[in-house]
Amino acid sequence: MHWQIDLIVLTFVIFCAIAAISVKDLLATAILFGAYSFMMCLLWAVMGAVDVAFTEASVGAGVSTVFFVAAVFRTSRRTKD
Amino acid sequence: MTEILSLIVAKYNYWLYVILMMIGLYAMIAKNNLIKKLVGMNIFQTAIILFYVSIGYKKDATIPIIEGAHGGHGASGAAIHAADYINPLPHVLMLTAIVVSVATFGVAMALAVRVYQRYQTLEEDELRMRLSEK
Repeated sequence: MHWQIDLIVLTFVIFCAIAAISVKDLLATAILFGAYSFMMCLLWAVMGAVDVAFTEASVGAGVSTVFFVAAVFRTSRRTKD
Repeated sequence: MTEILSLIVAKYNYWLYVILMMIGLYAMIAKNNLIKKLVGMNIFQTAIILFYVSIGYKKDATIPIIEGAHGGHGASGAAIHAADYINPLPHVLMLTAIVVSVATFGVAMALAVRVYQRYQTLEEDELRMRLSEK
């Protein structure tokens, strides 16, 4: 694990997390959350946990985002905070 | 003073995991929208998983797949040193945790959809108002 890659990706992860919980549109939250999951998967691949990385890429960034978008379309995009 | 500072800098990844965990906790407690609370829960879970996976990391080690075990005939004969491979135990445990977290997320989303169909809102304060009207 090169500490430069680690630090840069970790910073991206934290930015994505803050943006996902502070943006005022739930569809934007869904997409930012998918980006967060993919960055997390990258971090695990760098750490050598390849099995965890591809499970996260398929399940976290794939299925979760699909669930999320489906739920947003069945409810509303509006959020107050 | 300098040794405390060097300890903080050397363990920078643990501090960032704690920050990530606290972002998730804040979203779970302070956000008003139910979906935002779910996102906070998932951030919290992935921060814990990240912490566990990082514990198993070793310097100058490769991924936990034995080299040359699948080629050739029979055993390769060379001794296997555990120090050459990253510890796979936290990976396996956290693989289960990822699957559980996705199942939790799916069920929680389904409950949020049902709440919206019944009360036409996902905001916690409006929900409390509708509940107290009845």
